[in-house]
Amino acid sequence: MEATGLAVRARGLRKSYGRVEAVRGVDLEIPPGEVFALLGPNGAGKTTTVEILEGYRHRDGGEVSVLGTDPQHADRAWRARIGIVLQLASDAPELTVAEMISHFAGFYPSPRPPAEVIDLVGLTDKARSRIAALSGGQQRRLDVALGLIGRPELLFLDEPTTGFDPEARRAFWEVIRVLSGSGVTVLLTTHYLDEAAALADRVAVISGGVIVAEGAPADLGGQLTAEAVVSWQDHDGRQSQRTAEPTAMVASLATRYGGEVPGLTVTRPSLEDVYLELIGGRP
Amino acid sequence: MTASTSLPASPGAPLAVGAARPPLPSLWRVALARGRVELKSFFRERQSVVFILAMPAIMLVLLGAIFGKEANAPGVTIGDLYVAGLIGGGVMATSYQNLGISIAFERERFTLKRLRGTPMPAAAYFLGKIIQVIVAAIAEVAVLLVIGLLFYHLRLPTSVAAWWTFTWVFVLGVAACSLLGIAASSLPRSAARNGVAVVTLPFVVLQFISGVYVPFFLVPPWLRDIASVFPLEWMCLGMRSVFVPRAVTLEPGHSWQHGQTAVVLAAWVVAGLVLCLTTFRWRSPRDS
Repeated sequence: MEATGLAVRARGLRKSYGRVEAVRGVDLEIPPGEVFALLGPNGAGKTTTVEILEGYRHRDGGEVSVLGTDPQHADRAWRARIGIVLQLASDAPELTVAEMISHFAGFYPSPRPPAEVIDLVGLTDKARSRIAALSGGQQRRLDVALGLIGRPELLFLDEPTTGFDPEARRAFWEVIRVLSGSGVTVLLTTHYLDEAAALADRVAVISGGVIVAEGAPADLGGQLTAEAVVSWQDHDGRQSQRTAEPTAMVASLATRYGGEVPGLTVTRPSLEDVYLELIGGRP
Repeated sequence: MTASTSLPASPGAPLAVGAARPPLPSLWRVALARGRVELKSFFRERQSVVFILAMPAIMLVLLGAIFGKEANAPGVTIGDLYVAGLIGGGVMATSYQNLGISIAFERERFTLKRLRGTPMPAAAYFLGKIIQVIVAAIAEVAVLLVIGLLFYHLRLPTSVAAWWTFTWVFVLGVAACSLLGIAASSLPRSAARNGVAVVTLPFVVLQFISGVYVPFFLVPPWLRDIASVFPLEWMCLGMRSVFVPRAVTLEPGHSWQHGQTAVVLAAWVVAGLVLCLTTFRWRSPRDS
């Protein structure tokens, strides 16, 4: 199956809880080294999809290959090649940061040096602190460190920056960029658009258990982002027009006004506009 | 933020260096690492040290002070019976109660889920728990014996046979109660809200009817019959046979019933194992 050369490949993934279909036929293809964001509101099927890929949940239907293996039949060797950063894990309050990270390092065949990982997530000052004494943001950074310690080829990050302040968030993004630069494939779920836009090479928007759009952040939504809005001021007030050819429109306006067009703006819908349009169409 | 400042803060570093080879670390290596971390967590947490480790010692001092002086058989005081009974209760506290509560919390706090997502072998987790329980149970017995020696004229047995009895009662009791504790960890709906109560309540009841808080010969026969279904009564009986052998005249059957004790405890080991294998979950039922 690794012949596909993909880090993650899913076809027609399905999963129901009782009568609720949480995932209704998801297809994903993530090449090695890519940062891929699965973006969607709460309850869209993000976590279920990712947990199937991580081997935590069994699927009801479809095909899945993660690093060439079906996660449902994964062994220790496969687990040593992936890293999972859980949402809201909090444990071992009585251990120190360094003890916890060193302990997890002992599970893997070729872990990163604990001190290096502690430094990477910015917890060097807290290495000897008990985990119970860490702030929420520091605990999340520890979670990230535990996901990285095994030197994974593929890293799963489930809503990694929930609860971060803006500064911590930017610092965390930098960590992901460093990792991505070293060739790690990253699958990230988030409900923050700016996070997907800032980090991901490719974004898939999931809503109601299906992927409703997929592409590079700048291309997402295809037609929607292709149309720009040209707006200007005339004696009746503010005028706006949607167009696929804004340059031509500005040229014709310039001709009409014989030079400067009063109050001219040309805007393209932001990723947020596209996203809200995509998920807004579904209950 | 340089690596050099954080290096000395890495006491577990030799582990990482040793593991930095292509093959996966062996089960025993990971199991020992788990045991070490489990012990650190247990002994650093005030709640487990006070409520699990110290509680039987406190009860021994209290109950002994209140009732200990009365003589009930030639050369036997109730204080002697409490030493043996609380050793049985203490073994169950450090195995059943300890694991039942701590695993319920570990499940709820996603500790188990996180471990399951790593290449840690599942067996290493359980071996780590066994290491922790055995060390805690031995510490418990040692504390109770010291109190018995200091305050209750306890005499340690000198015969090999008595220590052999102690060993197999201890091992079977720890095994049965540990497995029951692991199974009981799945009972509370929410560890934080009612975990301690759900796990502890049956244990408290058993301690009253199995000869821990109340000398067994004072327990009414119908309650003794209920107690004899569960492992604690047999653990206490075995411990009385080791530490107060002269009290045999106070036993309802005037016999230590070692054969039956071994059979009942072994049966609970098997039943506990089946319960664990069928009910153990790495994730919380509420995590969906």
